[in-house]
Amino acid sequence: MIHWIIAPVILPAMLAPFIILAARHHRGIQRVISVAGVVALIAIAAGLTWQASDGTVTLYQLGDWAAPFGIVIVGDMLSTMMVLLTAVLALFVLLYVIGSGWDARGRHFHALYQFQLMGIMGAFLTGDLFNLFVFFEVLLIASYGLMIHAGGDRRLRAGVQYVLFNLLGSTLFLFALGSIYAETGTLNMADLAQRVELIDPANSVGIRVAAVLLLLVFAIKAAVVPLHFWLPSSYAEAPAPVAALFAIMTKVGAYAIIRVYTIVFPPDLEVTAGLQGLWLLPAALISLAIGMLGVLAARYLDRLVAFAVIGSMGMVMVAISMFTPGSIAAALYYIVHSTLAAAALFLITDMVRAGRDSLRLSAMPPVSGAALTAGLFFVAAIAMTGLPPLSGFVGKLLILDAAFTTPLVVWTWAIVLSSSLIAVVGFARAGSTVFWKAHSIPRSEGAEIVSARAPAALCYTAVGGLLALLVAHTVFAGPMNGYMAAVSEQLFSPGAYISTVLDTPGKLSDGIAKEAH
Amino acid sequence: MEFLVASAIGILTAAGIYLVLRLRSFPVILGISLLTYAVNVFLFASGGLSIGAPPILQDGMTGYTDPLPQALVLTAIVISFGMTAVIVMIALGAYLGSDDDHVDDPAEEADSGREDAA
Repeated sequence: MIHWIIAPVILPAMLAPFIILAARHHRGIQRVISVAGVVALIAIAAGLTWQASDGTVTLYQLGDWAAPFGIVIVGDMLSTMMVLLTAVLALFVLLYVIGSGWDARGRHFHALYQFQLMGIMGAFLTGDLFNLFVFFEVLLIASYGLMIHAGGDRRLRAGVQYVLFNLLGSTLFLFALGSIYAETGTLNMADLAQRVELIDPANSVGIRVAAVLLLLVFAIKAAVVPLHFWLPSSYAEAPAPVAALFAIMTKVGAYAIIRVYTIVFPPDLEVTAGLQGLWLLPAALISLAIGMLGVLAARYLDRLVAFAVIGSMGMVMVAISMFTPGSIAAALYYIVHSTLAAAALFLITDMVRAGRDSLRLSAMPPVSGAALTAGLFFVAAIAMTGLPPLSGFVGKLLILDAAFTTPLVVWTWAIVLSSSLIAVVGFARAGSTVFWKAHSIPRSEGAEIVSARAPAALCYTAVGGLLALLVAHTVFAGPMNGYMAAVSEQLFSPGAYISTVLDTPGKLSDGIAKEAH
Repeated sequence: MEFLVASAIGILTAAGIYLVLRLRSFPVILGISLLTYAVNVFLFASGGLSIGAPPILQDGMTGYTDPLPQALVLTAIVISFGMTAVIVMIALGAYLGSDDDHVDDPAEEADSGREDAA
């Protein structure tokens, strides 16, 4: 058995306590360990992605117990790709944290950061629904700590809301799991796929309720309207680099929807037919519209970016809710784009904050050295709103192209295009107010141009790296899209996944075979 | 017995949801606790209810009760216990800091407090 597939979970899980125990008082050592850990994660994730890229499904049985009895870690194309995306994002965010000194404003940042990574990696890799719940809790409890890092009354209040909302989500998750277990007697995804298929469509009330509950839970994570209320406050009040890392957390919800609703409840399954198509697409379109309207209406730069995240999650969900191979491929392309773009925007927001009194969208005295920040904001805003030439444009084209299969194609085109226009206006207004109008306000006698502490070079490196990845995502759109199509194809023919999970021998698998005879 | 367990879950959930919809942090946390009790009983019952049956298969046993929900519920109890402790501490911090235990967004006095948020 190859052990590498569990390394993305184990490595941060070992590093975090090590940082607390051995390097509690040495920030320099913490930083070195943290960066080295994330770089190692990228290397491992790249290896796993390369290994999975030809379609092989890697299975890891914890404790060597065979599949429906033990917990399994499964690496297929989708999960390894998401692990790689998380690791890359984590590196740039970590560089920014070190460059801006955010980790010095509170305690245990790096340990919590590693626990957060452990939870996210585990959620992507697990092949068991209850284990998914446990990893959700791991990533959530680490995120509670990160969210209120550096303290402050407003941040604590936003933190209370964030924690309460997520506790409710977890409770709902448990209700969903209980219903699924009561209906099928298993929580292993591959096993579920086989058993749900056998349920009599005439007697499907229980499993339909369970499927809807589970969809609701993931929709909370993905911040789909009307379950998005937790996001604006908590993302705006969280420390900016933490918000940038949280850009991947909404994608965990999207990932879980893609995973569960292609393997366990595929769109052509009779007992749950119509669940996704009927509700998810309209909700996603409304999320997109509300998110982009929020961009236009926001009066603070951090809220604006938070609403842009809601809008871009709406875009992802529009693509996912069509559940065709083409639309899932488009959704995956857009997920990569939107994660990088949202993270870059949150980091840039923090750079803007360094020179201004507040993030209020009103003209304030000019800040020296803002030109570079303005340029970065310009590029990130182009990416986020989906203007050519960056990858947001390509992603939107792919999604619009995939929309021809749905009966709501006119609505989809209308809302995607008009919300893009609204977002462009919103970002243009914000950018011109923050960066240009500064020079138009009359300066009183003796007032000097504020020379702020300029962000460190490492901060620019981090943001520049994220934007460079966006450019690469655009330049290599062809190969990337081809890869996403292969991922999506694998998702829609889950035979290999199911047989790998269930047919790999382990402890107890012989016993069951004997019992069956 | 099914009726008793089902109505217990129902009452706990109803009371929990009512409390969660309040605006002060203490009732909301109580409501969350009630909801987690409800879901724990629900998980426990998801394997089917039986009295006096062992949770393991043995030779000569006619009936048994499903052990997996008991393992699941133990995990859920531990997690919800930890989470409740965390939320109590964060809510206490927020209350002591701003002398206000409402869980909704503070209205527009927002502007003054924002500046030092960084």
